[in-house]
Formats: sequence, structure tokens, C-alpha cells
Amino acid sequence: MKNCDLVIIGGGPAGLAAAVAAFDEGLRDIIILEREPTLGGILNQCIHNGFGLHTFKEELTGPEYAARFEKLVYDRKINYKLGSTVINVTPQKVVTYVNEQEGLSKIQAKAIILTCGCRERPRGAINIPGARAAGIFSAGTAQKLVNIQGLMPGKEVVILGSGDIGLIMARRMTFEGAHVKAVVELMPYSSGLNRNIVQCLNDFNIPLKFSHTVVDIKATNGRVSSVVIAQVNDKLQPIMDTTEEISCDTLLLSVGLVPENELAGYAGIEISPITNGAIVDDRMMTSVEGIFECGNVLHVHDLVDYVSEESAHAGRCAARYVTCSGKVNGYVPTVGTNGVRYVVPQKIAKSDSAEPISLRMRVSNVFKNVEIAVLLDGEKITSRKKQIVTPGEMETIVLNGELVQKVKKGQKLEVTLNVGGTK
Amino acid sequence: MKELICINCPLGCRLNVDDSNLADIKVTGNTCLRGVKYAVSEVTAPKRMVTSSVPVAGSSVSRVSVKTDNPVPKEKIFDVLKLIKTVKATAPVEIGDVLYRNICDGVNIVATSTAPKV
Repeated sequence: MKNCDLVIIGGGPAGLAAAVAAFDEGLRDIIILEREPTLGGILNQCIHNGFGLHTFKEELTGPEYAARFEKLVYDRKINYKLGSTVINVTPQKVVTYVNEQEGLSKIQAKAIILTCGCRERPRGAINIPGARAAGIFSAGTAQKLVNIQGLMPGKEVVILGSGDIGLIMARRMTFEGAHVKAVVELMPYSSGLNRNIVQCLNDFNIPLKFSHTVVDIKATNGRVSSVVIAQVNDKLQPIMDTTEEISCDTLLLSVGLVPENELAGYAGIEISPITNGAIVDDRMMTSVEGIFECGNVLHVHDLVDYVSEESAHAGRCAARYVTCSGKVNGYVPTVGTNGVRYVVPQKIAKSDSAEPISLRMRVSNVFKNVEIAVLLDGEKITSRKKQIVTPGEMETIVLNGELVQKVKKGQKLEVTLNVGGTK
Repeated sequence: MKELICINCPLGCRLNVDDSNLADIKVTGNTCLRGVKYAVSEVTAPKRMVTSSVPVAGSSVSRVSVKTDNPVPKEKIFDVLKLIKTVKATAPVEIGDVLYRNICDGVNIVATSTAPKV
């Protein structure tokens, strides 16, 4: 069995940023394992622009953003293996992977960073009744077919879900000559960016139907021929006398992402039922010592810039763990209340470090004129005012690290919303 | 009168734009000045970046992604797309390579991904 200081599982934006940061922190024995034939992950198929405004102060397309980070990896001569799928991770940090050249191989790592990203929620996960026909794709699959392989999934399209991937694909399919008949959204609001609603739907007069869902899929000769949509009530249940049939040959699903945490499960890592990612401390270390997690496998981010930032932090912390193990004296839990659906990290390790700590969070609804406050045993220690917070936009609060180290045993940090008015 | 949704931030202000006199455009519904600037550019000269992908010969990848190197007038998006469809690249392609010069108003189509030669 080979040995390696740091094994990074996944060569997408999170893995690349983590590798570069770990190298810059002084670590040299690093390997990235990537199952696809190229580095860059999902960015390779996100050919639209709008990436990198925070990181590079310019708007890049997905492949360009990935290429910037790939260059940093090449410049440092960081090892990576493509076409290599990790099939097991043990709590003792043994990584098993397979590829065409080596067959099955094992690496004993001193530290591991899981950067496996997400997969899309499929039809089965939301139980859409109706025909099991050809013509039903997840939006990301359609994106890969169109952008990477140059294949069109269909001509007349209905999209369920108005997250950014669904919106982007509405425009992309329109660009390639398809007729996108409607985007159907279960919620009364979109989790996508306003910019995408305007530039991907309104620009092309594509209707966006809020509080609607697909209740049936019909097929002719094994291919989708129409979908039936209906309005939903405030309990999100379909109102069956509001149905409308839309003829189409293709249904794209953009109904959420699920962090890919099978490997975390094999390693016995504790998973949060809210984020579906690992429970981590402020070093991004999971419940298994020496195994770290960051990026979309930890929690779904809306901007890749935030993935890069979080992952660079994880990379630095993993490098420090390898070189000086980094003992901690207990943890301070963080909890979200009053509209704050979750906070990552879920706990802060009490150590000698006085570095600032980023708390990332999502809210459960649209709120206007709010204050995001951090309370220590009920007492406010920092806050930020926002005109609006929405479930689609991740919020961040940076804590003074010294302040946190003074926290006593048994105390907790609470992140809460003081609301002026709800939309 | 035109109705727009401001795209500058998550507030997404509903803007009412009186563009009857293009020299004196009146905007209401905005929360900040960025809304006015956005509304004026949208009713006078709206522009968009166009991105797509084109086939490439002689490479391990079958397509490279492309973009306009500057935004193009919104009403010309589909003209630009029609011309992009005529592009056939040949490996090697590097990011930034011009694959169609002056597709519209001096704007070029450039590669946004690489295609190594095999």
C-alpha cells in the first residue's frame, strides 16, 4: 500500500482550491483523485458566464474559471490521477480507488479532504407519477449532452424547478432551437438569481409558473408527449381542478442537489440531516479525525467563488493537521434559530488559533429588513443588517477568532434573524 | 411604459420605466441608483453576452465552449447564434483563441475551453 500525506477526493473547484492552498501551506505530498477524464468537475459543462466575480473581479465562464485553478495546480506540479474512482474510505484513512492502469489500489493517507460535490435529485426522489418514458432528463444531464457532446435532448421542453440550473438550461435549449414552453416552480418564489430569471426567461418570453407542479407525464410510443401541471395550495399539495396539459417531448428536472456522501458514510462520518453533508468544525474537519470536507458535498453553494474560498481554508487546515496534528480542547456548537435553517460549521474547535471564522448559513424563507445576529448565550456579539435574505442566497458572517476562544464550556453560539417584515 | 426586474441584487425591484422621452427616462420602483442605471441601459441599448459550444476536429474532446468577447445587442443574439453554428474548430484550441472574427459590431467569438491535439 502506498502512503500519502493528503488525498483529495474530487478534482472539481473544491478539490483544486484545497490542493493549491494545502501546497501553499507547505505540504508537498498531495494527490487529487478524479473520476472524470479531466479536472474541473461540473464547471466544464457550465459554459455560461458569471463565474469568478468575487475571486478574479471579472466574469468568466465555467471552463475558464476551472482553467485558472487547474493552472495553479499544474504550476505547483501537484499530483493528480484522472479516470480514477474512489470506492472506499475507512476511518483509518485508507483510500481505495480503481482505474484502467492500476486496477484496484490503496493509499494510506495522513489526511483526506472529501470534495465529491453533488448529484442531481432524480424523478424518483420527488415521486412524479405518470409514464416511464424517454425524454425525461435532469437539467444537468441535458446540459452535459448539449454543451459537451453537442446532442439535443428534445424540441419542445417543459422544465420543472426554477433553480439556476433550470433557468440556465431554459436559455440554452432556446439558443439551440428548442421551444421551452414553461418553467414550473413548486414554491411561490424562485431559488434562482434575479439575473437568471430576467436573462434566461424574460428575454425569451418563457413563462414561469410559481406554485405549480407536474402531476402527470403522458407518453406516446415510449416518448414523452405531454405533461400535466397543476397549481398547489399552501401545503404544496396539487389542486386537481387547476390542471393544464402542456404538449412537449422533453421534461427537464431541476429539483435540487444532493451532496454525494456515500464515501463519508463508509468512513463513519456523522452527517447533518439538514445539509446532507458532514458535520464539521471550523477547520472543516468531520467527526472522523483527519478527514475534512468542503464545497458542494458539505452543503450546496450558490457561487463557485464561495466554494473556492471555503475549500482553500479546508486545504490549509488539512496541511496544518498533517504537520502539527492540531489538538483541540473541546467544541462550541453553533445553531441557527428563527429562520436560519442551518449554520456551517456546526461546531467551533477550541484551540490556540485566533483566526477569523466564517459562519455560512441559509435562511428558510424570504425575509426583508433583517438583522443577522450572532448570540453567545443570548448576548449579541456581532450582527449584519440586510435589506433582504432569501433561501437561494448563502449568507456569511465572519467571527473574530479570539472572541470565540474565550467561550466557556457549555456555552453555545446562536445565529438568528431579527425580522422587520416578511414577504 | 416598461416593467423590468432589476438584476443588481436579490431585492429584484420591480421597476416602472417611462421611456416615452429617451432623453428623459423616468424610473420608479427602484430602491437604489443602480436600478436607474440598469433601467436606462435596458430601454436604450440592452446587451448580452452569448455563450455556446462548437464542434472541434482532431482532438480528444468533441466540442469547445465559446463566448462573445464583449456583449452584443440583445436583438442580435439569434443572428450571432446562427453564425456560431457555422464554426468548426480544429485542434489545438486554447482559451481565448478567436474562432470567428467580427461576428457582430466588432465582437469576436473566442474559445473558453481547450482542445488538445491528438
